Amino acid sequence: MTPLLTVEDVHVSFTTRHGVVNALRGVSFAVDQGETLGIVGESGSGKSVTALAVMRLLDRAGRVTSGRIRFRGEDITAAGRSVMQPLRGAAMSMIFQNPRAALNPIRPIGDQIADVLRAHNDISRRQASSQALELLEAVRIRDARERLSAYPHELSGGMCQRVMIAMAIACEPSLLIADEPTTGLDVTTQQTVMELLTDIIHRRSMGLILITHDLGLAARYCQRIAVMEQGLKVEEAPPENLFGAPQHAYTKRLVAASPTKHSRVQDLVGEPAPPSVEPKLDSRPLLQVSSLKKVFGQSAPAVADVSFTLSEGESLGLVGESGSGKSTISRMICRLIDQTEGTIRYEETSISDIASRDFHCHPLRRTIQLVFQDAGESLNPRFSAFDSIADPLRNLLGITDNQELRRRASDVAERCGLPHELLDRFPHQLSGGQRARVGIARAIAPGPRLLVLDEPTAALDVSVQAVILHLLDRLRRETGLAFVFVSHDLNVVRMMCERTIVLQAGKIVEEGSSEELFREPKTEYTAALLAAIPHFEQRHGIF
Amino acid sequence: MSATLRHVGWVLRTNPVTMIAGLGALSLILLAILGPSLVPYDPVASNVPMALQPPSRQHWFGTDQLGRDVFSRVVVATRLDLAIAASAVTLSFLIGAVIGSFCGYTGGKLDLWVGRFVDVLMAFPLFVLAMALVAALGNRVENIIYATAIINLPFYIRFARAEVNVRRNLGWVEAARCAGNSHAGVVLRFLLPNVLPAMAVQISLNLGWAILNAAGLSFLGLGVRAPTPEWGIMVAEGARFITTGRWWLVVCPGAALMFAVLCFNLLGDGLRDILDPRMRT
Repeated sequence: MTPLLTVEDVHVSFTTRHGVVNALRGVSFAVDQGETLGIVGESGSGKSVTALAVMRLLDRAGRVTSGRIRFRGEDITAAGRSVMQPLRGAAMSMIFQNPRAALNPIRPIGDQIADVLRAHNDISRRQASSQALELLEAVRIRDARERLSAYPHELSGGMCQRVMIAMAIACEPSLLIADEPTTGLDVTTQQTVMELLTDIIHRRSMGLILITHDLGLAARYCQRIAVMEQGLKVEEAPPENLFGAPQHAYTKRLVAASPTKHSRVQDLVGEPAPPSVEPKLDSRPLLQVSSLKKVFGQSAPAVADVSFTLSEGESLGLVGESGSGKSTISRMICRLIDQTEGTIRYEETSISDIASRDFHCHPLRRTIQLVFQDAGESLNPRFSAFDSIADPLRNLLGITDNQELRRRASDVAERCGLPHELLDRFPHQLSGGQRARVGIARAIAPGPRLLVLDEPTAALDVSVQAVILHLLDRLRRETGLAFVFVSHDLNVVRMMCERTIVLQAGKIVEEGSSEELFREPKTEYTAALLAAIPHFEQRHGIF
Repeated sequence: MSATLRHVGWVLRTNPVTMIAGLGALSLILLAILGPSLVPYDPVASNVPMALQPPSRQHWFGTDQLGRDVFSRVVVATRLDLAIAASAVTLSFLIGAVIGSFCGYTGGKLDLWVGRFVDVLMAFPLFVLAMALVAALGNRVENIIYATAIINLPFYIRFARAEVNVRRNLGWVEAARCAGNSHAGVVLRFLLPNVLPAMAVQISLNLGWAILNAAGLSFLGLGVRAPTPEWGIMVAEGARFITTGRWWLVVCPGAALMFAVLCFNLLGDGLRDILDPRMRT
């Protein structure tokens, strides 16, 4: 039997102003009907380009230079628009990352699904509408009839992704390509979306290509996984072989860098364990938060009655799904926004009494610093790395001498593993990991004692995340910093924090030592969160 | 530095229209600076026996009703017209960008009141407003500048406000606060430089418009007065003779005006590419 899709030694190159970039350098794989193939790899490895090449959706600068793409045995490598147009959507379709951006914001979702149906089938408006309803039910959207007339902004991220899936399967394609379908969704939502997707694949015996950076996700839902690095497929195997006994050096590194249920920070980068430093839990508290509340406008409180303490040198994790109030709490602690009610004490000072607008010139400003989520978005595009690091030195430590600033900034940069020669580069000239280092260097430059980290590695590849987590861990050991570590990734929090607080809708659900909380969660919510994380097991005799 | 030059070179090479517009604008600026010392005749000295000569080898653009050399007058007028436009645009850009940025950043009452003021200003026919302003303030060159600046102000306020508004919740703005910058510091040192590239386009388009505006006011007898060489007045004076076939009195200063406006308008897009740091790699 001919496979559904075969890709044979495909090369893709892009013509840019700096010459020709070879994005794919000979990639081959096949997908059968009813089979799920995972393509994993880090950013720039060519995962998405592969998908676009198959769909023949490469932009004008990119083209397939050699190789063959066969769909149901038919060569579509050089097929023109007249061949591809009926295929796309009807025989092969694609689900994108960020479903909200892929849906038209000013049309009801029912109409958008009907559009797809009517583009490929000769059916009436009424028929299309009733089929759209069936599809919404198939992707298990509750109250589907009312939702037909809903606009994308009225739906949650997970619901939008289900609508995208409904559109993708509307014309019963035989091949579905899902490009990071659950990135940006909460773990529990991810679980429901993925289970729905695999269920549909099985029932309709479609082929699925799942593109993801998350090895755990690929392991849980794919029959075979292809690992890509720099435009090449380095390995392809069933998940148990791939994760149990990775063959290629890159796969080994990738597997090692992915946080699992049992890994420690130093395992991720393959270093011996440093001497563990017990936080001085008996020492006086550095931060005391009591009955903190924040209400935005007329809506339900974003943070409701949150209290906790943090000792000097301790690391506290705040976890929860989106909308649980993690970021709002971190911004109130950093005095970027004012609380509605409650108090925050930093050592002897009640910092909640200082208005956020006046805090920039308060002597405590330098002791509480924040590391932001997306380092790319948190660096001023017009500031070089040096300017970004020197800015807090100038403002908070009052250093004006240029040579002194240079010296201090390169000191800090070095501690953060940022080479000296990168200091004069602008954010767009730095890689994701380098930007993260600049963001961390900027935060530790004024010598803070409390560092609030708001999803510091959420936008990074796993191997870069591993290095950055290791750096943060080392900085904490060296300087005795206290961390408030905000993250949706529970594995990361478990590794980085001694104590963890689980938040839901602005309230504390559970609090305790990370080890215990992750081993035996006391509440159902925490248990559900933990169960939803897709895992792969490294072979230690298991399997 | 060399990287910047390479980048400018790249933008100009890949975008010939910008190249031509840039060369045109550059030559206009050079003419404005050097013009008076280059021209063959005194632009205000009359020579009645030579009045209303068509273009010839001695007088490239012919002569006017008082026998003055039209070419010399057109060239010398460049300085005045560009100076009026440039000062007006600089004034409205500086004031508008600062007001707009603060409105976009703080929002609230300030934004509301400034927004309504801008709406009211924009509801007037702007050219008529400029005429009224010059008439009220007095018929002087600096008043043309103020009037042109005021009628341009709403566009800069709106533009800066919108550009700052989309950036005010970005991570680097919060990071700037954490690094100890005051709200004013965030606006002036962080947000303003980031909206400059987008505003450069506006500035360039506006320069062309301001030149037209200044010439238009002079055409109507407001602002610059004869015998000062100025494109608008020259067109106004020449218009009397167009029915008798002395086309050069209108066409030559008019073409100069059109060329200047066109150059600055076309330059806009290229400028944005040059000033955007993300375009550089």
